[in-house]
Amino acid sequence: MDKPFAVTLDVGSSLANRTGSWRVERPVYIDRMPPCNDACPAGENVQSWLYHAEEGAYEAAWRALVAENPLPAVCGRICYHPCETACNRAHVDEAVGIHGVERFLGDLARSSGWSVEVESPPSGKRVLVVGSGPSGLSAAYHLALLGHSVTIVEASPELGGMMRYGIPKYRLPRDVLDAEIAAIRALGVGVETGRRIDDVAAAQRDGGYDAVFLALGAQLARRAYIPAADSAHILDALSFLASAGGAEPARVGRRVIVYGGGDTAMDSARTARRLGATEAVVVYRRTRDQMPAHASEVEEALAEGIQMTWLSTLARVEDGAVVIEKMVLDEHGFPQPTGEYETLGADTVVLALGQEADLSAVEHLAGVATREGMLEVAPDMTTGSPGVFAGGDMVPAERTATVAIGHGKKAARSIDAWLRGEEVVRPPRHELASFDKLNTWYYDDAPRTVQHELEVVRRQTGFEEVVAGLDRERALFEARRCLSCGNCFECDNCFGVCPDNAVVKLGSGERYAFDYDYCKGCGICVSECPCGAIVMVPETI
Amino acid sequence: MTHDPVRFYQVGSFAAGNRLLDQGQRTEQSRRGRSNSLTSGHRACQGCGEALGARYALDAAMRATDGRLVAANATGCLEVFSTPYPETSWQIPWLHSLFGNAPAVATGMAAALEVKGRTDVRVVAQAGDGGTVDIGFGCLSGMFERNDDVLFICYDNEAYMNTGVQRSGATPPAARTATTEAVGPEPGNEFGQGKDLPRIAIAHGIPYVATATVAELHDLERKVERAMSIRGARYLHVLVPCPLGWASASSDTIRLARLACESGLFPLFEAENGEVVDVTKIRRQVPVEDYLKLQGRYRHLFGDPGRPDLVRQIQKVADRNIERFGLVATGAEQEVR
Amino acid sequence: MLRQIEGSRAVAEAVGLCRPEVVCAYPISPQTHIIEAVGVLVKSGRLHPCKFVNVESEFAAMSVSIGASAMGARAYTATASQGLLFMTEAVYNAAGLGLPIVMTVANRAIGAPINIWNDHSDAMSVRDAGWVQLFAETNQDAVDLHIQAFRLAEELSLPVMVCMDGFVLTHAFERVELPDQEAVDAFLPPFEPRQVLDPDNPVSIGAMVGPEAFTEVRYLAHARQLQALARIPELAEEFEAGFGRAAGGLVTTYRTEGAETVVVALGSVLGTLKDAADSMWDAGVPVGVVGVTTFRPFPAAAVARAVSAARRVVVVEKAFSIGAHGILAGDVTLALSGLDIRVDAVVAGLGGRPISEASCRGLLEEAAAGSLPALSFLDLDTHLVARELERMVAQRRSGPVAENLLRDIGSVSGSGLAVARPGSQKGAR
Repeated sequence: MDKPFAVTLDVGSSLANRTGSWRVERPVYIDRMPPCNDACPAGENVQSWLYHAEEGAYEAAWRALVAENPLPAVCGRICYHPCETACNRAHVDEAVGIHGVERFLGDLARSSGWSVEVESPPSGKRVLVVGSGPSGLSAAYHLALLGHSVTIVEASPELGGMMRYGIPKYRLPRDVLDAEIAAIRALGVGVETGRRIDDVAAAQRDGGYDAVFLALGAQLARRAYIPAADSAHILDALSFLASAGGAEPARVGRRVIVYGGGDTAMDSARTARRLGATEAVVVYRRTRDQMPAHASEVEEALAEGIQMTWLSTLARVEDGAVVIEKMVLDEHGFPQPTGEYETLGADTVVLALGQEADLSAVEHLAGVATREGMLEVAPDMTTGSPGVFAGGDMVPAERTATVAIGHGKKAARSIDAWLRGEEVVRPPRHELASFDKLNTWYYDDAPRTVQHELEVVRRQTGFEEVVAGLDRERALFEARRCLSCGNCFECDNCFGVCPDNAVVKLGSGERYAFDYDYCKGCGICVSECPCGAIVMVPETI
Repeated sequence: MTHDPVRFYQVGSFAAGNRLLDQGQRTEQSRRGRSNSLTSGHRACQGCGEALGARYALDAAMRATDGRLVAANATGCLEVFSTPYPETSWQIPWLHSLFGNAPAVATGMAAALEVKGRTDVRVVAQAGDGGTVDIGFGCLSGMFERNDDVLFICYDNEAYMNTGVQRSGATPPAARTATTEAVGPEPGNEFGQGKDLPRIAIAHGIPYVATATVAELHDLERKVERAMSIRGARYLHVLVPCPLGWASASSDTIRLARLACESGLFPLFEAENGEVVDVTKIRRQVPVEDYLKLQGRYRHLFGDPGRPDLVRQIQKVADRNIERFGLVATGAEQEVR
Repeated sequence: MLRQIEGSRAVAEAVGLCRPEVVCAYPISPQTHIIEAVGVLVKSGRLHPCKFVNVESEFAAMSVSIGASAMGARAYTATASQGLLFMTEAVYNAAGLGLPIVMTVANRAIGAPINIWNDHSDAMSVRDAGWVQLFAETNQDAVDLHIQAFRLAEELSLPVMVCMDGFVLTHAFERVELPDQEAVDAFLPPFEPRQVLDPDNPVSIGAMVGPEAFTEVRYLAHARQLQALARIPELAEEFEAGFGRAAGGLVTTYRTEGAETVVVALGSVLGTLKDAADSMWDAGVPVGVVGVTTFRPFPAAAVARAVSAARRVVVVEKAFSIGAHGILAGDVTLALSGLDIRVDAVVAGLGGRPISEASCRGLLEEAAAGSLPALSFLDLDTHLVARELERMVAQRRSGPVAENLLRDIGSVSGSGLAVARPGSQKGAR
């Protein structure tokens, strides 16, 4: 073609004009900390495994999950999911049902026979884990994966701690627990059950262990002085729940009073109903809002017909009845006695007033410190005694299985570093991907999948699992509700919205790069990034 | 228990792309090999909505025509920033003639193609709002009336931006421009004036008329695709915010386009053969203030004392659109959605 | 084929023989019969393939032509007068883009006062647009010039305007030799555009050019016009060889040998001037006539050569630059600079006023006598304008001069004034 001078031009020739020189700020891709990850006591990378689950890549999702937590099927059932409380999606419609997907993945792993292999070479080091609750199991699992030789010593006849002896079957079927424990044992973890260690230092020395992780739990029921008739039938919640899980459950009669307001109280009341009580009444001295039990537990209990008597203390226990005193809240929100009394019928009284740790085993351990009946540990789970680490309910922290699992993992990494003579290097924590960092326009409004709850009637009479799992399709639906807060999920928005074509798409899984030759620094990509994974930073001139 | 049908795109459903969707269901803009009809190095301002709109529309047209596309372009920002000698940002056959004649030039191109029997090559004409509703209006109406095989795209930034932000027949009421300054008892552009070109286009009875914005990429691309599936005169009116003329942040370009729709000030609809056939419902309705406050051209309406009376008048404009086009979904419609 | 045919119809036939692919039509007198006839050719299928576009204005007519030409189609349109002015922006644009569009201009005066009759004000108004402008003396000329116009336009990628006097030629029935299709096809190959919009080879046409290159762009346009100056005579020769008659070229000469006075003019008035020259020769006064066929590019050398033997040149032209001088006369004066030849301009035939042979003889006599002023107006009613000028001085009244004049000459009721219309009064001194 004979192109006239200047009037007719060759296409695309403006690439010679590097408009990037106009820029005073440049966009930069970042990863922010998703609130779910931030909130997970077990340190799960929730957003990361949901990312795989969104694609239906369930095995990859499960592997990302168990890289942090060996008990997904358990946690998917019993964790009170602070991840969901933190979930940004709650501001859009409802939080992502993370626990449902987690449980689905754990169950799918079991039915699919997926397993984790130890890839690290043997370190030649031996580690003793005392206690097989969630923190002990978690520590054993991670230590085994790191190549260490691990032995768990458990005083009870079976592994699992509170998961087995405290949590009712209707919340955690034992086959689920057994399967995940079996998977940990399959890594070569040694187990001694029925052995109680009274002197940790001696046990370490005698066993030739290079390090010890203490996960003894808090198994002493806290008591309160309550005048009681000799014939009164009073149980502590831990014993009651443990017996309910065993072959010969305690007999409770028709009317059961549970004293306390925590999750254990709820478990006890619901368990009592399943053991034949027609009336189960929770007596708590404060209000419903002040109950330490998780709201979902309270709601499920109420739905099963559990009665609640708030603002009441147990004054005394008589034969076949309890006398309660009504309370009122003072101006500080504390309950104060009124002098008004009421009598309730009661065949059994269950005291659910909390638990304490038995620290006798560490009495002879040099250097350890205790506070308010708990063993003091540093943030890296070290005790005052070199080579001895501790976690779970025996150290000061929220007493949940998931917190304990997090302790176990953290301790395992500290132990590993200690055994290698290294320091644990923690990567800098990313800035939180709070809701204001998101552009939620780009997410469709999708309701949370409501897990199919068993009919209330069936629930009241048996120990069948109350909450059903998600099927494949619904797990996918739920996973796809994830907003991927703070982490690029390759939606192509930045690539699409740049008026200067200054975003390079690197291909699946590779994310994007800015072409600073042409980026004028308008910031549209930052505004329109759904998940807040781009920031503008001043250009250095 | 009811069972929601699984929708495989909850994540980023409104984003440009979605790795969970088939490539065919993603936007053209999400495709690595998109045409980039308007490529890098152009001299549009930071955050230019028109540069974005033009690439969106033409890339979609390129996909729809398998790359057999020619374009006529009116004088204006788009022309000036894309083709200052010695460089052009276009990657498609492109012709600029004059300010007011793009529709007629396109008619000539379509006539030539028809005569030559080259039915595979399709013609797009594009102009800003001045080149469309004002100086180009005669030619545009003629092209409509003859039903020439042209898709005409108006990139509406609501004033003459290239010449320094003067009022056009598409400038909204109360907006400050260099010829409707924010002074006197009636600051900014007057109420009750201006042309509603999409509706004027509908009145011509042409096969296809649609409105779109740079905020609704899926919608825009679908409309271009639909337009290119039809022969005859077609009109697409795309709202393209202008950071310079609207005195808005360059990063707010898409946000503003979105708020224009969500406030009801810019209704999204499609019409075929003279009848409105589809309306995009407002998803998250906002008061007009949310849209106006981000723009310096409306600064005189806010603050102390501001002009709440004029804001109310603008809200009435939005309310009228909402009523006229049924922009807010009824309960039954929401069920379906 | 020799036919007795109206000029417009003949031109339409000629255009049809050139196989335009896109024709834009917007009616304006006196161009209407041309586009009507082309319309019949297209609608009847005689001209095929061709798209006949009824546009909404002349601006659109030229714009549609621009689009069609840029798309590689041979494009044609026709206009006149106000229409040409209405499309002026696009006229310049077509030239600037180098698009080989051919357009007939049925020359007509420009209002106000509105006037549908012939003069050259329209064509003169776009003489600087960058188009080639050819002026037809006869309808045969008009036919032949159109055929050459397409060839020239496409060879040089320049738009070409063929000017023919409105009514005088367009509506005149004359004998015209219409060539056959084979001959035209042999002379005019299919259009091979210099640049074209093509998805297989995309370019951007119509860039914005700043001060750094604009002068060069304009210089190159000028150079292209100068190429046309060389190419036009060659095409005329080739045409004559193919069609057996002379047509086109830069200038025509009539009895210039030995002529002391040479009249230079454009278009159909040349016939009258030739008759007047004959009668001057008969009276012993040697007067030659030079017709400028190619007005743009201006053939200065050819004009100088044609009149070099004369002592004086009279330029008779149907337009002038108000407040200045004759337009053609200015070009001729420049062409003759350095030669000792006097050039006077006579403005004639404005708004369709007949140019009689007698009036022409009168002015030639005056020229021969050396009494012709530098600028004069043929057949001007000097009494009338003098009276109007007096009244303007006295009343300082604004308003339409035309209405006053019409009232004075009795065309508007109530005046009753008898006006002398002297046939040989010349010159507003």
